[in-house]
Formats: sequence, structure tokens, C-alpha cells
Amino acid sequence: MSTPEPAAGRDRAARSPRLDTDALLTDRRTRIIVCCGSGGVGKTTTAAALALRAAELGRDAVVITVDPARRLAQSLGLTELDNTPRLVPLPEPAAPGTADGARPEGGGTLHAMMLDMKRTFDEIVEAHADPARAEQILANPFYQSLSSSFSGTQEYMAMEKLGQLRRSDEWDLIIVDTPPSRSALDFLDAPQRLGRFLDGRLIRFLSAPAKTGGRAFRLLGAGFGVVTGVVSKVVGAQLLKDVQTFVTAFDAVFGGFQERATQTYRLLQAPGTAFLVVAAPESDAIREASYFVERLAEERMPLAGLVLNRTHHSLVPRLSAARGLAAAEALEESGDHPLAASALRLHADRVRVESRELRLRAYFTSTHPAIPVAEVPAQPEDVHDLTGLREIGRALADTGRSAG
Amino acid sequence: MSARDRDWDGVRLHVVTGKGGTGKTTLSAALALALAAEGGRVLLVEVEGRQGIAQLFDCPPLPYEERRVAVAPGGGDVHALAVDAEAALLEYLEMFYGMRRAGQALTRFGVVDFATTIAPGMRDVLLTGKATEAVRRRVRRDRARRPGGDGREAFVYDAVVLDAPPTGRVARFLNVNAEVAGLAKVGPIRNHADRVMEVMRSPETVVHFVAMLEEMPAQECLDGIAEIRRVGLNVGGVLVNMVRPPLLDPAALADAARGEVDVAALARGLKSAGLEHADRMAGDLGRELVEHARRVRAEGEVRERLATAGRPRYELPYLSDGVDLAGLYRLAEELRAQGAA
Repeated sequence: MSTPEPAAGRDRAARSPRLDTDALLTDRRTRIIVCCGSGGVGKTTTAAALALRAAELGRDAVVITVDPARRLAQSLGLTELDNTPRLVPLPEPAAPGTADGARPEGGGTLHAMMLDMKRTFDEIVEAHADPARAEQILANPFYQSLSSSFSGTQEYMAMEKLGQLRRSDEWDLIIVDTPPSRSALDFLDAPQRLGRFLDGRLIRFLSAPAKTGGRAFRLLGAGFGVVTGVVSKVVGAQLLKDVQTFVTAFDAVFGGFQERATQTYRLLQAPGTAFLVVAAPESDAIREASYFVERLAEERMPLAGLVLNRTHHSLVPRLSAARGLAAAEALEESGDHPLAASALRLHADRVRVESRELRLRAYFTSTHPAIPVAEVPAQPEDVHDLTGLREIGRALADTGRSAG
Repeated sequence: MSARDRDWDGVRLHVVTGKGGTGKTTLSAALALALAAEGGRVLLVEVEGRQGIAQLFDCPPLPYEERRVAVAPGGGDVHALAVDAEAALLEYLEMFYGMRRAGQALTRFGVVDFATTIAPGMRDVLLTGKATEAVRRRVRRDRARRPGGDGREAFVYDAVVLDAPPTGRVARFLNVNAEVAGLAKVGPIRNHADRVMEVMRSPETVVHFVAMLEEMPAQECLDGIAEIRRVGLNVGGVLVNMVRPPLLDPAALADAARGEVDVAALARGLKSAGLEHADRMAGDLGRELVEHARRVRAEGEVRERLATAGRPRYELPYLSDGVDLAGLYRLAEELRAQGAA
């Protein structure tokens, strides 16, 4: 067999530094943790588990979730999207550090909230425009579609909410889960994109008729006639009018908008912020994780490490898949010991999965050898209560502690 | 074609969705292969700009152009297209308004950027528009191919498989009419959306869901099915991915799930197979058995919940060496054997 023995593979993979999540959570300088990663890798669960662990380690933590699975939301006492952080009653402190006695006395608190993107958007408009103008914007059909379905609104608003909570200074640690978007880094790109649009030539052109009766077009050059023709032909006159009204009203608000986006972007680069890239041992997820790590470096966003969820490990690393399978076949041939034969087959399967995951992990660690990694082994059952979340938090902490 | 019993005869647009990480793209590709088997011609469309199809079929990134990516079992072609919203917009303008040159000016003034990233719903109309156009497209008169049954020219593709956005966004993505309603009540965008919806709502279109035997993907699948029904679209089948066969008989599984494993018997077996340290190993292998049994039990419960959807279910095996081209063909064969294609 050409696949490496798991034991050897594990040594190789272990070369990357361990991500010590407890150190990150207990460091009072850590004020924001952003969990990002592709869809289906367990971002929300990781964010919630870290927030619970942080609270049990004495922090006053709040977790912002975006579209959590229903039972997970219920376990945090969240029943609706209401933009309000709710206090989560913590279970009896049976836990996190009892094994090694590391848990400080006097636990912290945990709050959780689900993002309501439309309401967040409305609130910004209300904060930056006078009441009459705010009302005009909120009633505009174009604004209504923009605020509820623009593909980047959710990302933008998650970051906006993060900024608001940070400025309120009510929590000493904010953990945010990023939305399941087309590209998981939309939360970095969406504000810019909206800004580019609102600040761009198109908007000047769209708002021009309302302001100057169209004379401005000629000044902008020959291409313009074509553009006006096409736009009104394709989108229709009514839409054009809605957009123009929106833009005219929004103009006053826009400065404040952009300023906030810039502030939030800076906040993400600040030393108190830590990004965690979350992945599962699947080739797509690992590939995306590599891409995030590179993008975050480009944007000079502080990366704390990679969380690798749902990994599988065999309990008998010394017994290779090949030997296990050979033994199973020998037993099956004799017809005796069916239980042992099944156990050996099962083991061989598990080792194969493990070696595949180690190869994927090695793919990541060899291209990003300096990035700390923490692992959470696959749980036998789904996580949907605080006890389950606590287990995840403990597993995360354990990989940080048991070095090598 | 053969007289096999196939569940989706008459369906020409197969939309595939599922929770992120369940293998949506993989099963879309396998379904395309299965549908193309024995002489078919199928288009596989991706819309999320991830180049997942190229990765799967091990070919260079796909341009905005339909190209053949695989030959199906028994002859038949799978073509693939990575739809790009900007290119689709420019193509649309050219096709319906004859405005090829306007494209450059539009790009320069940020109109294209606006339409494809900011204007609510526009992006989705463009993407679904491209997929539904491929469904309706017929062979041109001047290229003699035998006419279809209705006397008109035959369709270019026997079927189109659309690798759609994940469950959380799919209803909005497909229900473009509602999405652009706030934007355009009348006019060309609305007309385009109406044409898209005509295909989406027709009996020729179904939405399949990819799930796994895990609670969250299953719950999302059931919620997604309810939502697709609510917006008046047709629900197809449930494709249960990454299923691992139980390796123990039911009685032994039930015991192990309760934590009861006959470690002594296990150790005797290991000794008889000539393995060293049999006693210690038996304890550890016993724990592996217990974990396996508990997972199988949890999977059984999820399977029962998925059955409540009342839709045809197909189970696809977990490929322990990862998904490569050979694995794709194996999944396609499974889909055919179970009647999905």
C-alpha cells in the first residue's frame, strides 16, 4: 500500500503549531473572534462552543449567529431573529477545566443573538438621516429589495452589528459567525462593493436626471447616450425612477454609511481581533480554507489559526488498514470469530478515512506551516444543547494542550 | 432506450440543492453522468463561480462556454457550463437587443457591476435564465437532426442538471419572479423572469435535495422541501450521500450501541488471526465498535425522519478514498441502479 501508516502521517501533520483556544479566550486583550469558512463545516457550532467556553472561563461573551440550525438556536434560547443579545443561562459548572483544575472561580456570562439584517439596515438609515428622509428611504421599493435580498447585505450587516456591539463596550468578547454566502469572504468584500456602487459613476448618472435634468450626460462623454438608452430599455422606466429617488434620498446618508464600513474594516484589522478559519477534512473545505488564509493575509487581518472540525481517529493506530483487512479476511475464511472479523473490517475502514484526512491536513499544513491548528474529533451524535457545545469547547482546548 | 423503471422520465431540468458540505456538486455531476448514459446529451450547469465541476472532472477551469467534460457509460455526453452573471448579462443584451457594443460602455459606467452584484434579484435571474434557456434550446433548422415528437426541432439537451446554491438560499434563487417583483413590475426584466418561471414551475422541472444521515443536513433538507413546496415548485428526490454500510449484524449492533461488546470473544478472534497484544487491542477495537454502533443507530433515526418527506430516496456510498473520476462513475451507476436515471 502506498498510503503512509497513520502513525507516521500523524507525526508529519503534527508539525504545525497547535492552536491554543483557551489561551486565546482567556487573554483579555482578545475582544473579537471571527469564525469564517465555507458552508457546512460547523462554523456556527464552533462559534457557539467558543463563546460558551469563554463564558465559563470568566469572560462576558456574546455570540452573533447568522441563520443557525433550529435546534442549536433553541439550545441557546434563541427563538427569533430579533437583533437583541439574550442571556443564555449557563448549566451547572460541572466543567471545562475540572480535569486539570484550570477553571478560574467566578464564571462570566454568555449572551447570544440572531442577526436580523433588514432591521440592522433600517437602523443605520434611521441613525444617519433626519426622520422625514429616513421614512422616504424606508418606503422606497428599491431600498426594500436592496435591504432584504442584496447578496451582500447579510454580510455587511453582520459586520455592522459587530461594530455596534464593540462600540457599546457591554461585552468583553464578541464572537461572530459569518453568513453562509457564495464566497465566505463576502463579509470583507460586500461593504466595499456597496460603497463602490454608491460612490461610483453609475450613481451620479442615475441621480443626474433628478438633479440637472439630464444636461450632465453630455458632459460625461459619448458613451453616455448609449448607456441611458440601454438602461431605460432594459430595466424599464419605473425601476429607474425608484432607483433615482432612492439614490437622491440616500445621498445624505451615504457619507455616514461609508464611514461606518471603514471603521468596521479597521476594527477587523485591530490587534484585539482574531480570525479563526473553520474547515472540515474534505478537499473542498480545505481548499477554501487555504484561500481564506491567503486572503486574510492580503487584507492584513489577524489570523489566529485553523479549526479542523469532525476529524476521525482510529483507537488502534498501530494496526494498519492492510494488516487489519488481511486478518479480517483470514477470519472470515475460517468462519470463526465473526465479531472480530467485523471489528477488524471496521477498523480498516476507519484507518483509511483517517489517512485520507491526514493527507488533506498535510496539504494545508505544508502550504501554511506556520498556522496553528486545533482539531475537533467527529462527535458520535449531533450537537444541539449546551452540554454538547461544552464538549466541543473542551475538545478544542484539548488539542491545544496535548502538544504532540 | 431500455425498459428500466426510471423515476424522472419527462423531467428535463434537474435542480440539485443541499446543505453546504453534503456533496451537492459531486452528486449533480454523478446525476448528469447517469442521465447521459446510453446515448444522452446532458448539460451540467454551475452558478456559484467555484469551478467545482472542473475540479471534479479534472479539467482546466471552465470558461463561459458549454464544453464536453465527460463521456457517459454506454456512450453519451456530459457538457458543462460555469455561468458567469456578467457574461450572461452581456450575452442577454446582445441576444435580445442586438447591443453587442453597448456592453463595453455599460461595463465602463458600472452598470454591469451594478446589475450583477447590487441590483436585488438580477443576478439570480441572469443565472437561472441561462439554465432555463439551455432547457428550451432546440437544434437549429439548418443543422439537420431529426425533429422531436411534436414536429418541432429536437432539443439540444435531453436534460440539464443545475448545481444550485445551498438549501438556505435555493427557494429565493429559483423563485426569481417574487425576487424581482419589488424591482420590476413590468418591463423587460419582468418578462425575462416570467419566462424563467414558466420553465421552473413546469412538470419538466424538479428540485432534488442532497442530504446525509446526520441531523443538521437532514433537518435542512426537510425544511428546504417544505419551502420549495410553499413557493410552488416541484420537489424531486432525496439523494442521501456518504452512506456507510453497517458492518455488524443487527443483534450485535444493538448490543454494541448499548456499550455491550464481548471483549473476551474479540480477543480470542484477534489471537486466532495471529495479532499481537490481542487483549489490549480487543478493548480498543471494542470501543471502535461501540462508536460505530451508536453512529449507525443515530443514522437509522435520521433515515426515518427523511422518509417522512414522502419522496423517493437514493442512497449513495461514502467513498473512503475521496471522490475521483472513478468514484463519480460509481455514484452514477448507483443512481441508475436505484432508478434515479
